[in-house]
Amino acid sequence: MADEEQKSTMTRRRFIRNSSLIAGGAAIGGGLLGTLIGMNLDEEERTSPNKLTGHNQSGNGQASNRALMYFTDKENFQVLSAAAERIFPEDDNGPGAIGLGVPYFIDHQLAGNYGNNTREYMQGPFPEGTPTQGYQSPLKRHQIFDEGIRMLKEISQKNHQKKFDELTGEEQDKILTQFDTGKVKMRGVDSTTFFNLLRSAVLEGAYADPLYGGNNNMDGWKMKNFPGHQGSYLSQIEAKEFKEIQPQSLHAFFK
Amino acid sequence: MAKKLPKVDVVTIGVGWTGGIIAAELAKKGLKVVGLERGKDRSTKDFLMVHDEYRYAIRYELMQDTSRETVTFRNEAKERALPMRQLGSFLLGEGLGGSGVHWNGHNFRFLPYDFEIKTMTEKKYGKNKLGADYLIQDWGITYDELEPYFDTFEKMAGISGEDNPLGGKRSNPYPTPPMKETVITKRFKDAAKKMGLHPYHLPSANLSKSYKNPDGEQLNACQYCGFCERFGCEYGAKTSPNVTVIPTAQKTGNFELRTHSNVTRILHDGKKATGVLYVDVLTGEEFEQPADMVAVTSYVMNNNKLLLTSKLGKPYDPKSGTGIIGKNYCYQILPGAAGFFEKERFNTFMGAGALGATVDDYNGDNFDHSDLDFIHGGSLSITQTGIRPIQNNPVPPDTPRWGKDFKDKSIHYFNRVLNIGAQGASMPHRQNYLDLDPTYKDAYGEPLLRLTYDFTEQDKNLYKFIADKSAEIMKEMGADTVVTNKAAEKYNIVPYQTTHNTGGVIMGADPNTSAVNNYMQMWDAENVFVIGASAFPHNGGYNPTGTLGALAYRAAEGMAKYSKQGGSLV
Repeated sequence: MADEEQKSTMTRRRFIRNSSLIAGGAAIGGGLLGTLIGMNLDEEERTSPNKLTGHNQSGNGQASNRALMYFTDKENFQVLSAAAERIFPEDDNGPGAIGLGVPYFIDHQLAGNYGNNTREYMQGPFPEGTPTQGYQSPLKRHQIFDEGIRMLKEISQKNHQKKFDELTGEEQDKILTQFDTGKVKMRGVDSTTFFNLLRSAVLEGAYADPLYGGNNNMDGWKMKNFPGHQGSYLSQIEAKEFKEIQPQSLHAFFK
Repeated sequence: MAKKLPKVDVVTIGVGWTGGIIAAELAKKGLKVVGLERGKDRSTKDFLMVHDEYRYAIRYELMQDTSRETVTFRNEAKERALPMRQLGSFLLGEGLGGSGVHWNGHNFRFLPYDFEIKTMTEKKYGKNKLGADYLIQDWGITYDELEPYFDTFEKMAGISGEDNPLGGKRSNPYPTPPMKETVITKRFKDAAKKMGLHPYHLPSANLSKSYKNPDGEQLNACQYCGFCERFGCEYGAKTSPNVTVIPTAQKTGNFELRTHSNVTRILHDGKKATGVLYVDVLTGEEFEQPADMVAVTSYVMNNNKLLLTSKLGKPYDPKSGTGIIGKNYCYQILPGAAGFFEKERFNTFMGAGALGATVDDYNGDNFDHSDLDFIHGGSLSITQTGIRPIQNNPVPPDTPRWGKDFKDKSIHYFNRVLNIGAQGASMPHRQNYLDLDPTYKDAYGEPLLRLTYDFTEQDKNLYKFIADKSAEIMKEMGADTVVTNKAAEKYNIVPYQTTHNTGGVIMGADPNTSAVNNYMQMWDAENVFVIGASAFPHNGGYNPTGTLGALAYRAAEGMAKYSKQGGSLV
């Protein structure tokens, strides 16, 4: 086991080294390079049974990043988690949003560039536009999530006198559908915009590289038979049959 | 007060495909070239972490920072334009190499019909085929005249391909053989052949084998890793300016690259440009760079914007139909069909940006339009670009957008769906144009460019016809369910469609109807060359890079000539 581990680490190191050589350019010809990559891949494949034992590449099994960067009130995080799980529920295919760590992914994203719209044009004025003109709210994404979660809580209290995360799945779906169809009145933004943001964020968390805190154990990828980060498919691209390949995340570069 | 720098022979505004080609060609000839690039430097070694769909494809790592610069948009002139606050319909690039870094590498030549579209359409279908609101015009150059420049661009880029049975004549074969045949490309070709169509392998800038270009730049062989569009290539196997023309320019010793340098003005005396004004983005310092020739080589949007803010050329006025700059803005029409296969799974996660097969039977005037209510058409391709899980959640129609059923079906069909898509030609219309926004400003206090655009009847008719053809091929390929895409009623700037924006600084033979001649030289300022897809009088039925690359080599030849003799080149 230890031996196998070492071997695959070496392989990856060699991959990085080879890739640097490509970057260097002049030192190495393309033909030779192709051969190296091919060898590399073969070696990687030989050592892959090791990975099949369920080694957690994501590093977030007991991960140090499973805490909150954005939400301050844990109840809001629980509401978000419950809503995310309804959008992407656990089923026979595998884990749902909660099992994949999606709520942590969303929390972390809300704390950074995504939540603060740092690379987006946020200067006014903000008159109402047509649907084809896109997002025109002065609200940043983290504020839209705050408002959306506030309304999720408010509606479930009003309709059921319960917390959103205590409702049955059907009850939760009914409320989420109201958001989806734009029937909930929200401050500064329409509820469909919030719902679409939430839906996209859930799918992003389910399927982004595990380095972002979701897609735990690459289970999102495994459900879809998506192999994640692979150096090369040169030797498989012409295959007639469907290839099931053990996925690999970007952590492969840092072992 | 701007600091005035020593004069150089040539300054390029932007260093992507067109700026890089100009820099390489003129620096090789001994001219002193300065390249001003607003973004950062980057090369192959910066793409090692690129297999990250979220960072690159969803959060747009390589794209323009719209907090600093964007466009405003409205469907029609009576509406108020509002900012495109986040990228959507098209993905503007930023940084060294520009969009040439994150393209997929589809490298076509526009058809002979494209360059003489007005003459040929009128000859065959009469003067009123489309009506007076459609501003189609000849390009002022023919395919045969442009052929040597296509050839030069393809050799520089090492394009992998095979003859297109319905394309223009080639003086030379592609420099490298076509990419590999896969189950998917073969399936498409077999179906197309059975239907009497003429399939061929898509010409690709993801190289089928390693290749040294005539400038001595080494390109590597594609690994089919499935991360091309929106990503840079960590192998140096997708041709980009960064692995070809930029290093070529740098090796001459005559090219100075200045990154983080955002040009805000082309300076001129009313007849000729004297240089440019730019801001060091990191320090805020302002510089004047005098030059004998100015090459306007940013993307379509900023080429138009800079001419308008610098008051070079006559702005287009849609009411009177006079003026040029901003006129003939075109996009691309994207009909297609999806096929759902119940019993088969495909290796769709493998691939390369330009791995695919194409038919041109419904492109240009390769089919008779006498009984049709549109002109032109589009190339129809199946591509195996490598699908990724965040962006690809294919479900049959009437499936909910979320919840148990959505999850189950989007997982089930992830590897069971194939798509045929067209690059449909886009014809200019008098109501589709670019000008300056009266309200919104960029990070330097300059007005944002304003886009007024909607789909036309021509677009919708073309869409329907081509979508039906896509569905026919998909049926022949054996899909259990074929979903024919439907044309949108209105152009919507939110969902991604394509980064094939064209026009606004169009080329032609007549100074009254064009901004630049067929060397990309401005009629109104003989030492200003505006190079890129901004010069296209309409957008053809292909991805634009191959054609704009050819025009850039043509412009480089013109600029070299101009440096010796001056004056108008035509």
